[in-house]
Amino acid sequence: MSAACEAAAAAGPARLARDAAAGAAERAGTATMALAPAQGMSVRGLSVSYGRIPAIMDVDADFPLGAMTAIIGPNGAGKSTLLKAALGLVPRLTGEVRVLGRPLERARDLIAYVPQRASVDWEFPARVIDVALMGLYRRKGLWRLFDRNDRRRAMECLAMVGMESFARRQIGELSGGQQQRVFIARALAQDAQAYLLDEPFAGVDAATERAIVAVLRQLRDAGRAVVCVHHDLSTAPVYFDRALLLNRVVVAQGPTAETLTPRNLRLAYGGRLETAATP
Amino acid sequence: MSEFLRALTLNAGYNAALVAVGAALLGAAGGAAGTFVGLRRRALATDAAAHATLPGVAAAFMLMAWLGGDGRWLPGLLAGSALSAALGMWLADRMAARTRLPEDAAIGAILSTFYGLGVVLLTVIQGMNAGKAAGLSGFLLGQTAGMLRAEALTIAAAGALAGLIAFALRRPMTLVCFDPGHAAAMGVPVRAVDLAIMGLAVGVTVIGLKIVGLVLVVALLIVPPAAARFWTDRVEAMTALAALMGAAAGWIGAALSASAQDMPAGALIVLTAFGLFALSMLAAPRRGALAALAARRAVRRRMLLRQGLAALARGAAPGDAAQLRALRRAGMIGPDGAPTARGLAAAAEVARDMRRRSFLRGGYALDAGLTEFLTRDDGLTPLERMLAPDQLAALDAAMASGGEAP
Repeated sequence: MSAACEAAAAAGPARLARDAAAGAAERAGTATMALAPAQGMSVRGLSVSYGRIPAIMDVDADFPLGAMTAIIGPNGAGKSTLLKAALGLVPRLTGEVRVLGRPLERARDLIAYVPQRASVDWEFPARVIDVALMGLYRRKGLWRLFDRNDRRRAMECLAMVGMESFARRQIGELSGGQQQRVFIARALAQDAQAYLLDEPFAGVDAATERAIVAVLRQLRDAGRAVVCVHHDLSTAPVYFDRALLLNRVVVAQGPTAETLTPRNLRLAYGGRLETAATP
Repeated sequence: MSEFLRALTLNAGYNAALVAVGAALLGAAGGAAGTFVGLRRRALATDAAAHATLPGVAAAFMLMAWLGGDGRWLPGLLAGSALSAALGMWLADRMAARTRLPEDAAIGAILSTFYGLGVVLLTVIQGMNAGKAAGLSGFLLGQTAGMLRAEALTIAAAGALAGLIAFALRRPMTLVCFDPGHAAAMGVPVRAVDLAIMGLAVGVTVIGLKIVGLVLVVALLIVPPAAARFWTDRVEAMTALAALMGAAAGWIGAALSASAQDMPAGALIVLTAFGLFALSMLAAPRRGALAALAARRAVRRRMLLRQGLAALARGAAPGDAAQLRALRRAGMIGPDGAPTARGLAAAAEVARDMRRRSFLRGGYALDAGLTEFLTRDDGLTPLERMLAPDQLAALDAAMASGGEAP
C-alpha cells in the first residue's frame, strides 16, 4: 500500500493496516478464487431493458477485492450497460447490487466510476486540478471550501498518473490520453474500494495504456476491486486476473485463462471470432 | 450625457433609481444562474419557458379580476407565469421522453403554442374590460415607466435570492454540468440538481418579465455567461464574472433608458449586455480575437527564431532577413550579427531539442508507444509540454544508451 494518493487519504494507520491485510488476504485468495460475495462488489439477478429490448438479462457477477476484472463481449453485448446498471445510472428491471455487503445506495463512497472519455464536453471551463478536486465531493459536501490539504491530495493523485505538471492547464488543451489520465486521477481522489472503468484504453496511446495499467495494478495490490470494460482480447489475459464474458447473459466468468477459452469466446461472439480470438 | 451620468449615479429620480437597482440585481441573478443553464445546454429550453409564461400571466389576471381583486397585482401575475412556464417545461420534457420527437422539436412546439395561447388570452382580456388591462402587454417587452416601489423591491429581493441560490449550489451544479454520469455514481441527485438549474432559469425569467419582458429575458441568462467564458477557464470565476457583467448591463441599460425618454429599458439592457460580450470577444486575453491574432504573430516570431538559432547551431549564418530581425530583437545576435552568449546557449538548446525530436521521429516514438506524439507534434511546442516527465526521462535515457539518433 505504497500508493501516495491513498497514503494521503484522511485516514489513520489503522486503515492502512487494514488495507495491507486485505491485500495480503486477497493475493492468497486469488489462487483459489473462492471469495465470499461480501468481499467486493456483487451483482445478483441484474436485468436492464431499453424500451422492449432487453439489454442484459439476469446477470450474476462478482468483482472481488484485490483483483482486476475485465468485462468482455461483442458490440451491443451490454458491457457498458452492466457497468452503468451496477452503478445505478440506468434503471434496473430486476436485481440488486452490493458493495462490501452494503446496498448500492449506502455504498456511494466505496465506488469510483470512470466513464468513457467521449461522454463529456472537454471545452468545459475547468483546469486539470479542478477535475481531480471533483473526486473529493463526498468528502467536502456542499459547503466546505477546498483547502491546502485537498489541493495537495489532488496533486498527489495527478502525480500518480504523471499529470502533475499539467495541473493548471485547461482540460480542452489535453490530448486524449492525457484526458483519460485526468479522469483516472479524479477516481483516485475518491479513495474508493471498487473502481469501475468504461473502456479506459479506448483511443489512448500505448504509453498511456501502460501508465494506466500500472496505476490499476497498484490499486489491485492495495486490495481494491478494479473492473474494466475491455475490448482487446489480446491484452485481456495480460492485464486482468479475472474475466466476465458477456453477451446479454453471462457466458462465463472466473480466472481469465479459464474463462477466455476459444470455446467460450465462440459461444459469446457467436462463432464469428474463430480466427481472431484464438490466442 | 449629463442626464445619463445622473441616472448612473441614481440621481435621476426615485423611479429611475428603483429600476436601476432592480435591473442590476436581476442581471446578477441572470448571469449566475445562466452560467449553469448554458453549461447544461438548456438555453433553448429556457427561451421556451420564457414564452410559456404568457398564458400564465393572462390567466392569473383573469382569475384575480374574476375574484374581484386587482388583476395587475404583480406577485399574483408572477406566480401565474411561473406555473405556466413550469407546465410548458414539463410538457416538453414528457413529449421528448415519451415520443420519438427530438427534444428541440418538442421545445419549439411548446414555445410557439403557449405563446400563441397567451396572445389569444391577452386579446380576450382587452376585449373584456378595456383600460383595466393596460400594462399587461408590457410583459412582452418589459415596461419600467411607472413601476411601483413594492414591485421594484420584489424584483430586487427575488433577484438577490436567485443569485444566492446559484452561488450556494455551485458545486453540485458544476459536477452535474461537467459529467452527469460520474456525478450520479458519486450519489449527487442529478434530477434534483437539474430541477434546481431549471428552477433558477424560470425564476430569473419570471422576475425579469416586468423589466425586460418575456421575449428578451433569455438574453440575460445567455449573454453574460457567454461573455464571461472568454475571460476565464474556471466555473467559479465564470459565475462571478457573469453575475458582475449581468449587473453592469442591468444598471447601465436602466440608466440609458432613464436618460432617453421612451427608450425601453429591457432592450437597452440586452444591448448593453451584448456590448460587453462583443468587447470580451475582441479583447479577452488568450480567448479573444485580438489575442488570437497576437498569438499567430508570436508563433511566426518563434518559428523564425528557431530557424535562426538552428542556423547558428550549425555554425551557418542565418540567410533570411526576417530570421535575422527576429534574432536581433530577441538579443540572440549583436548589432554586428555575431551571436551573443545568450544566443549561443539558446542555439545549443534548440540543437538538443532537434536531436530529441529526430530521435523520436526516427523510431523511438513507435518503440515507446508514443504514437500520440507522432500525430500531435508540431515541431515547435516544447517537448516538456508534449510528454509527461517520466516519458521525457525515458527518452533521454534511451538516447544516452542508444547513442546517436538513427
